[in-house]
Amino acid sequence: MIGLAHLLTLSTILFAIAVCGIFINRRSVILLLMCVELLLLAVNFNFIAFAYFLGDLAGQVFVFFILTVAAAEAAIGLAILVVLFRNRLSVNVEEFSLLKG
Amino acid sequence: MMYEAILFAPLCAAALVALGSRVLPRNVVHGLPILAVGLSAVLSVRALLDQLGGEPVTVKLLDWLSIGGFELSFGLLIDRLTALMACVVTWVSLAVHVYTVGYMRDDPGYARFFALIAFFTSAMLLLVMADNFMQLFVGWEAVGLASYLLIGFWFKRPSANFASLKAFLVNRIGDLGLLLGIALIGGAAGSLDYAVVFSGAPGLAQQQITVWPGVSLPALDLGCVLLFVGAMGKSAQMPLHIWLPDSMEGPTPISALIHAATMVTAGVFMVARMSPLFEFSPLALSVVLAVGATTALATGLVAIVQQDIKRIVAWSTLSQLGYMMAGIGVSAYSVAIYHLFTHAFFKALLFLAAGAVIVALHHEQDIRRMGGLYRRMPITYATALIGTLALAGIPGTAGFFSKDALISAVTQSSDPVSAYAGWCLLAGVAVTAFYSARFLLVVFHGRETEAASHMTEREPRGLWMLGPLVFLAVPSLLIGWLTFQPVVLGKYFAGSLVSLQESGSGGPDLGAGTLDFFVHGLYSPVFLLAVLGGVSAWVLYEWRPRWRSLVAPVLRVPRRLLDRGYGFDPLLERAVIPGTQGLARGAADQADARFIDGLLVNGLARTVRWGSGVMRRLQTGLLYHYAFVMVTAICLLIAWVVLVLDR
Amino acid sequence: MQQIPEIFPLILFYGWSGLLIAAAVGVITARNPVHSVLLLVLCFVISAAIWLLLRAEFLAVALVLVYVGAVMVLLLFVVMMLDINVERMREGLTRYAPLGVLVGLLLAAQLSSVWWLRRSGLEIAAPADSLAFEEGNTQALGTLLYTEHLYAFEIAGYILLLAIIGAITLTLRRRKGLRVQQVSEQVAVRPESRVRLVKMKTERDE
Repeated sequence: MIGLAHLLTLSTILFAIAVCGIFINRRSVILLLMCVELLLLAVNFNFIAFAYFLGDLAGQVFVFFILTVAAAEAAIGLAILVVLFRNRLSVNVEEFSLLKG
Repeated sequence: MMYEAILFAPLCAAALVALGSRVLPRNVVHGLPILAVGLSAVLSVRALLDQLGGEPVTVKLLDWLSIGGFELSFGLLIDRLTALMACVVTWVSLAVHVYTVGYMRDDPGYARFFALIAFFTSAMLLLVMADNFMQLFVGWEAVGLASYLLIGFWFKRPSANFASLKAFLVNRIGDLGLLLGIALIGGAAGSLDYAVVFSGAPGLAQQQITVWPGVSLPALDLGCVLLFVGAMGKSAQMPLHIWLPDSMEGPTPISALIHAATMVTAGVFMVARMSPLFEFSPLALSVVLAVGATTALATGLVAIVQQDIKRIVAWSTLSQLGYMMAGIGVSAYSVAIYHLFTHAFFKALLFLAAGAVIVALHHEQDIRRMGGLYRRMPITYATALIGTLALAGIPGTAGFFSKDALISAVTQSSDPVSAYAGWCLLAGVAVTAFYSARFLLVVFHGRETEAASHMTEREPRGLWMLGPLVFLAVPSLLIGWLTFQPVVLGKYFAGSLVSLQESGSGGPDLGAGTLDFFVHGLYSPVFLLAVLGGVSAWVLYEWRPRWRSLVAPVLRVPRRLLDRGYGFDPLLERAVIPGTQGLARGAADQADARFIDGLLVNGLARTVRWGSGVMRRLQTGLLYHYAFVMVTAICLLIAWVVLVLDR
Repeated sequence: MQQIPEIFPLILFYGWSGLLIAAAVGVITARNPVHSVLLLVLCFVISAAIWLLLRAEFLAVALVLVYVGAVMVLLLFVVMMLDINVERMREGLTRYAPLGVLVGLLLAAQLSSVWWLRRSGLEIAAPADSLAFEEGNTQALGTLLYTEHLYAFEIAGYILLLAIIGAITLTLRRRKGLRVQQVSEQVAVRPESRVRLVKMKTERDE
């Protein structure tokens, strides 16, 4: 039978992969957005697992809201990306260093 | 209300004149201060009369400071001493105000001058009427400011600027002493109110104060000596007297009001006011006596060789201040204050007479170019004569009563230095008579000089200047007869000046009454010395002027010494000023420029710039770098929670 | 409820988990962004499958329909629409990639260690049918959402609305010189600004 430990380990691995994805790639900003989606997915895994093992549906309600917010975030993020690309004609992460002191 | 009016009427007039100096008509510019000071003068007489039959009054105007348990109020203390001082200040001030209308007639700074002297009058009244140490200090500094501004009144003259600065700086030394003394006594007594401090004086006498780890001194002795240092600055006692002769750069009415009659006597007044403290400090009294007596004789001698008409009177003022201090030093406070009282009139009179001469001769101040003026200025001459007689202490004049009583008090004292002081003062009498007579003879008698012959009119500028002269001449001559009995013999000051000797069996024996004292005076060695001094001046300057050239070679060395004022000024210029400048330069170059600016201020900036240069390299602006750092930090945080906190 | 053999879900779980991890690694390492997106879609689909095992039926379906169907397709659109220079995209990983991987592993290890080493008595046995409701998962979730979490639900709706407006505002381009109808001005027009009455002298024929 699937234990809580299995699921938590899975979500941890997923989370770590997403985090690595954020800072090991030197390519497009789109990949960053995708990594954020993955991060949220990993978190959702935790909620669903606990909802199952504690017999409490509130965890799933949380996942529902997270999905909502993630969808909104994706929409806005992609819109920003489009505007960014229009202005800079690039989505390369390394070219965006306006914060540099 | 009356007491507030005394204090604030001149201040309001000063403010109005100062603000409206460009728009007010001339009549208002001098009329307003004269009216205000006149009001103060009348009200002070009223206050004096009230005090004769009444108790001291304290008027609390407002709560000034309240810091923790330390309370300080702004109030007026009116007792007999205050009332008398207020009368002297306001009446002399009134005379000087009127005189100024004539004297400063053609000066462009007419309104400024009136604003300043009215302000000075108010400040002096504040000093006199203070009911606590802090207020005294405020008044003290305010009169110092007025003095500074008025000495430098003709600010286009470099010498006037120099003199005003010198007066201000020398007074700083004294003021530092006063401030330290106030702080010490306030700290020891826990209050700055006169009433509280004075009533606790016997207890203060027992206290010790640690001035350095391991070294403790009696608090009261130290405090009183420090207060006296303040008085030395303001009242120009040696060696802090150097500013007063130079202050003659100011207009003559100022010399009369500030540097003869009132402000310079503030030191004497202050020490007399502190008599409940000084009485418990024999050491401080001896210091006062020694300094006062030395000043009295030494500065009198300098007056003999002066050629500037105002400087003669100025050095004479120093000498008389020394007399007053010596009187204080033997606990004869009432006599000292009485001398202050009479001196204010005759010295102001002498200054105003000198001013009249100066104006008549178109701002000529050298007495060698004067002579024979009595024919052209008879009224001025008569008043100057009265002033001179009073200054020399000829029996019957006001100066006689106060000075004779003072000398009697000193010679009868049991103070360890009173023998020395007595000799100084007695010799000073002859010296005073000598230089007074010389002043009178050289200026008004003798051959008429070229400068004098240029005079076109008798007594120029008329009543505005003669009125005050006559007004001051009357008390200089007669006031002794009216006031000696009640003020000195009648224990007028019993309520405000504390003297352990006078309240006990001792105290100077001054005879039974005014007439008795006068008759005694005629046979006393003091009168003999005065006559001796006066006659010798007459011989040398009037009867046989050629004898002077016989005496001169013998006295060449002392004369040079006196000409230089005992070398205080050269000493100052060669030693103190370069030393101070060197110290200041060192502080500016090394401590300020190198250490504070270089090491601390710029060093800090350099450190920040270097540090931020390092930090800036971390800010790549690349998103994944920030994310990386963030995640690393999260890792560390988790490790910390798991391994350390949750252990 | 039908009794599932104990070993069967476990086999499914392990299989899907392996796939999921492999797909996730593929997402971050694929050279072509289109491949990345497609692998991400795969991730979501596998996740939905695992969620089904955990009795989150509604969420699993919603994930596939809404997320994969809408959001991921949107992502795919953007990736394809933006004329991204694929050649330059192939530059690969950063210089710090090994260090990044190390930190990722550290994070994973730490998070797992919290569970494996320090669970402190929190042992939860798998409940047989804890979330088995009579009316089914969807209705139970809906009841909960529309009663207890109504306000949060409303706010979520507003957030979505905000996202719609935001996305439109951000990407809307106004071309200059384009002649369009100004409805507000047309409605607000007053007669005085259009018609002017002028008095003139009548012209007389001579």
